[in-house]
Amino acid sequence: MSRNLIIGAGLTAFFTGLAALSFLWTPYDIEVLDIPNRLLTPGGAHLLGTDHFGRDILSMVMMGARTSIAVALVAVGIGMGLGVPLGLWAAARRGSLLDDVIMRGNDLVFAFPSLVIAILITAVFGPSAVNAIIAIGIFNIPVFARLTRGAALPLWERDFILAARVSGKGAARISAEHILPNIANLMIVQGTIQFSLGILAEAALSYIGLGAQPPTASWGRMLADAQTLVSIAPHVALIPGFAILLTVLGLNLLGDGLRDWLDPRIRVVRT
Amino acid sequence: MIRFALGRLVSLTASLIVASIVIFAVVEVIPGDPAAFMLGVNARPDTIAALRAEMGLDEPLIARYAAWVSGMVQGDFGMSWTYKTPVATLIADRIWVSLPLAIYALALSTLVAFPAGIYAASRRGGAGDTAIMGATQLGVAIPNFWFAMILVLVFAINLRWFSAGGFPGWADPWAAIKALTLPAIALALPQAAILARVMRSSLLDMLGEDFMRTARAKGLTCRQALWRHALRNALIPVLTIIGLQFSFLLAGAIIIEQVFFLPGLGRLIFQAISARDLIVVESVVMLLVFTVIMVNFIVDLTYAAVDPRLRARA
Amino acid sequence: MSLLSLKNLSVQIGGTPVLQGINLDMAQGQITAITGESGSGKSMTALAIMGLLPQGAKQQGQILLDGTDIVQTPEPALCRMRGNAMGMVFQEPMTALNPVQTIGAQVAETIRVHENVTKAEAHARAAAMLDRVGLKVAPTRYPHELSGGQRQRVVIAMAIAMRPKLLIADEPTTALDVTTQARILDLLQGLVDEFGMGLLLITHDLAVVADVADRIAVMQHGRIVEHGPTSDLLRTMRHPYTRALFAASTHAVDLPAVQNDAPLLAVRHVMRDYPTKRLSLFGSRPTFRALDDVSLTINRGERVGLVGESGCGKSTLTRAILGLEPVQGGQITLDGAPVSQGDHALRRKMQVVFQDPYGSFNPRHHVDRLITEPFHLLDNPPKGAARDQAIAKALADVGLPSDAADKYIHEFSGGQRQRLAIARALIVEPDLIIFDEAVSALDVSVRAQVLDLIADICRKRPLAYLFISHDLSVVRSITDRVLVMQGGKIVESGLTESVFADPQHPYTKSLIAAAPQLPELAHAADAL
Repeated sequence: MSRNLIIGAGLTAFFTGLAALSFLWTPYDIEVLDIPNRLLTPGGAHLLGTDHFGRDILSMVMMGARTSIAVALVAVGIGMGLGVPLGLWAAARRGSLLDDVIMRGNDLVFAFPSLVIAILITAVFGPSAVNAIIAIGIFNIPVFARLTRGAALPLWERDFILAARVSGKGAARISAEHILPNIANLMIVQGTIQFSLGILAEAALSYIGLGAQPPTASWGRMLADAQTLVSIAPHVALIPGFAILLTVLGLNLLGDGLRDWLDPRIRVVRT
Repeated sequence: MIRFALGRLVSLTASLIVASIVIFAVVEVIPGDPAAFMLGVNARPDTIAALRAEMGLDEPLIARYAAWVSGMVQGDFGMSWTYKTPVATLIADRIWVSLPLAIYALALSTLVAFPAGIYAASRRGGAGDTAIMGATQLGVAIPNFWFAMILVLVFAINLRWFSAGGFPGWADPWAAIKALTLPAIALALPQAAILARVMRSSLLDMLGEDFMRTARAKGLTCRQALWRHALRNALIPVLTIIGLQFSFLLAGAIIIEQVFFLPGLGRLIFQAISARDLIVVESVVMLLVFTVIMVNFIVDLTYAAVDPRLRARA
Repeated sequence: MSLLSLKNLSVQIGGTPVLQGINLDMAQGQITAITGESGSGKSMTALAIMGLLPQGAKQQGQILLDGTDIVQTPEPALCRMRGNAMGMVFQEPMTALNPVQTIGAQVAETIRVHENVTKAEAHARAAAMLDRVGLKVAPTRYPHELSGGQRQRVVIAMAIAMRPKLLIADEPTTALDVTTQARILDLLQGLVDEFGMGLLLITHDLAVVADVADRIAVMQHGRIVEHGPTSDLLRTMRHPYTRALFAASTHAVDLPAVQNDAPLLAVRHVMRDYPTKRLSLFGSRPTFRALDDVSLTINRGERVGLVGESGCGKSTLTRAILGLEPVQGGQITLDGAPVSQGDHALRRKMQVVFQDPYGSFNPRHHVDRLITEPFHLLDNPPKGAARDQAIAKALADVGLPSDAADKYIHEFSGGQRQRLAIARALIVEPDLIIFDEAVSALDVSVRAQVLDLIADICRKRPLAYLFISHDLSVVRSITDRVLVMQGGKIVESGLTESVFADPQHPYTKSLIAAAPQLPELAHAADAL
């Protein structure tokens, strides 16, 4: 097991743990404003200080972890849940009109960065965390569909797939029994990477006001609030940023570590 | 080569048509009555009727779509409801901030990433490689708007080398470039980190290829083989990433504009969203999508220039 | 003085010895062959001579090329020697060339690296060299526009552009068809005569060695076990490994007589067209005819061979017979019924064994699941104890222990995997098996064992098969009847012995003439 994997898994477990703990307990209630104690520096009763409304930053970070992780996780779920079957289907019908339609559809979605999708949705439905999930999720679909198809295509030419076809198995059954297990590692690694990108995207959308809305705490929202205070109370802007940085870093290291661990061929290349 | 370009052009046109239909459907069909939506619940019926007439909402959908598209082709993006000016004018004013910013960032990112990636690959496993790879891990994980805030804190507020935001216009090009420098750095950092990683791994993939062994057998040194044979082949996946990144840079520019109070497309679109000015939203989104599709078209052509195998394929 | 002299050369990689005490001398103008099975250290010897051993390799001893010890030479000086004093040709011509550079530029590069000449002059000399190696296409073409044989000529031109004293060719014809192989070997021999260089030819194919080499070194487990002038070595064969290798290469299989002549498989006037790339943007797609009016019959218990070079339509025919791809004309019937994807009862009568022992099995399943996959074709597949029994029997039939069932495929060698592939085919007791290049990827000794196994199975139960191979000697020993295929057509068919002894079609004649032959040696047969 590599150092990447241990550090990555540790960081990921830490922030997931914070998010889980926030359901049971936070040091302070973040919906209670405490203006006299605003902009306290870290230490003392408030471990990470307070923001401009006197809210406890540690509690906000914990609640924000919950939002970020939930949004990114559901978005990865949407991307995998729709993208992987689409990719498998396109690969099974490679060269057909259906394959063409799926792949052209993917190209088209790639022309809409998730921010643009979020802008469109927000313009019509108003901003919300759900919109952020949909926008990031839609963008994840072609990522997984392309990757799945790309990995499945060479497998379809392999002799063991031909042998399964000679044994009378149909495309759906072969995809489930033979293709999917052979691309699972790739999907796990890519899923980790998309998860980290989802955290970044959620933060960006919340920051510009297209994601989670108050009173829901979110790291991007905290940064937006802190922007004008950056010269007076830098910690208010630094702490949520470090939370994002460390979570994303943890997930990326976890992804790299998993790749090295799951697929020995790649480990050889990276030595 | 010409056949290849024509083929790409056909699929580009198809993408544009489908994209425009999607955007039109989301903005003008899903809300039901866009005029009532734009004016909100308290609007007087005659104001709504006036807007309906102006937007041509009494026409059938197909006719409205056709009018929108044919208008755009001629450079007419409609009239903004809130600004009471042609959308084309609004965009024209702001694109001169957003587009240069994205290009500036792309140039920075490429200039940093190429040497870093090549250096890391040629010193694989060494201290330089480890340092560069560690730095890119951080670069990939930093949210660019937060990095922008830190840049402001350090270089604008503490060191006072740059202004913390705003844009003086292109009358003084030097001042304009200076105003765009911190935003461009903030935008470029994560992209440069990704690009450097791709460049490195793509090069390392090439080092294992048979033709690299052939090159060594000819008497080329490791470095000569890397520069003359691996690099051009490694560029193919790198180009894909650059193409994809341009859309992120353009979208990212919209966010970074918020940090630096730049009067670009981002500001325009957020004001339009809060004012429910659907006409502006629709046109700016179409423009963004158009740019992304065009950039991918250019990347495809560059591909063909790099790789003779693609030229043969139509 | 000898041109190249290896003195007690040993190489370790990561502590594992790959070469042990190699001693070898070769003279200018001579062809020295190194032969042996995979893993014997042949290629590592070549890389050591080029100074291109993988990173982390440790070497002792001397490699003297014209008096210069390559082991002691620093890297910059080695770079000046590679391509200049010594050149190398590799096995895989499809990947040995840079895909984004013209072939002329790649040959010219060898010249420009070593000599201070103008670009124009280097290109002119490159063009002349390409002409000398018999390449008939312009130097401005890219590698992907060339066939495998043409690309190998480019690689040769690159290696000899500076007229090196030593040319190393590592399996230069293994990836090529037999007629192309003959032409490339001719070319290499001609170049040795003309330039007076030494050629170190590395090949697993004893027949190639016997045909062209002046001297032979036989390698096994990183050592040279026997070494001497070709005719002496083949006559005496002192070392038992040399004798075993030779016997395996000329191995004749003892096939039982055919018992039945009722027709089993009938292919009638089958056409298969593939769409190819569009010539104009809006026109209809042109097609390539991969099978052109192919007809053949296989009777019950009959063993039929199919030979032909790559691209002749062999694989397409396999897929068509198995019903994996639609045909555009004609009919394929098995036991009188047309073959179709859905008819499980019919498909049970027909199974297949593929070429690649590494790609034929899902790496994520256990062997029991792998070899029982054809049970999907049965209405009532055996379960529980009956299934275990069937697995044990199938494994026993191919000479593998029953505990193999719980292992993953990566725990088996190439030869064992082909046995498992045969077990998988046999488990539903088919009437017909298609062997698609089933022994082509195996070393000669393993190949001989698998061929014996096939004959053994025929002795135990009536089995018809279609044995597809590019290797004429294998087909000759394992079939009753043979079909010769060229350009999607069957150009000749008949009893195996009569076709080989007296070929009628010019293509069959050229194939047989091009195949390198081992000399008949009296005591070779009793070696095993």
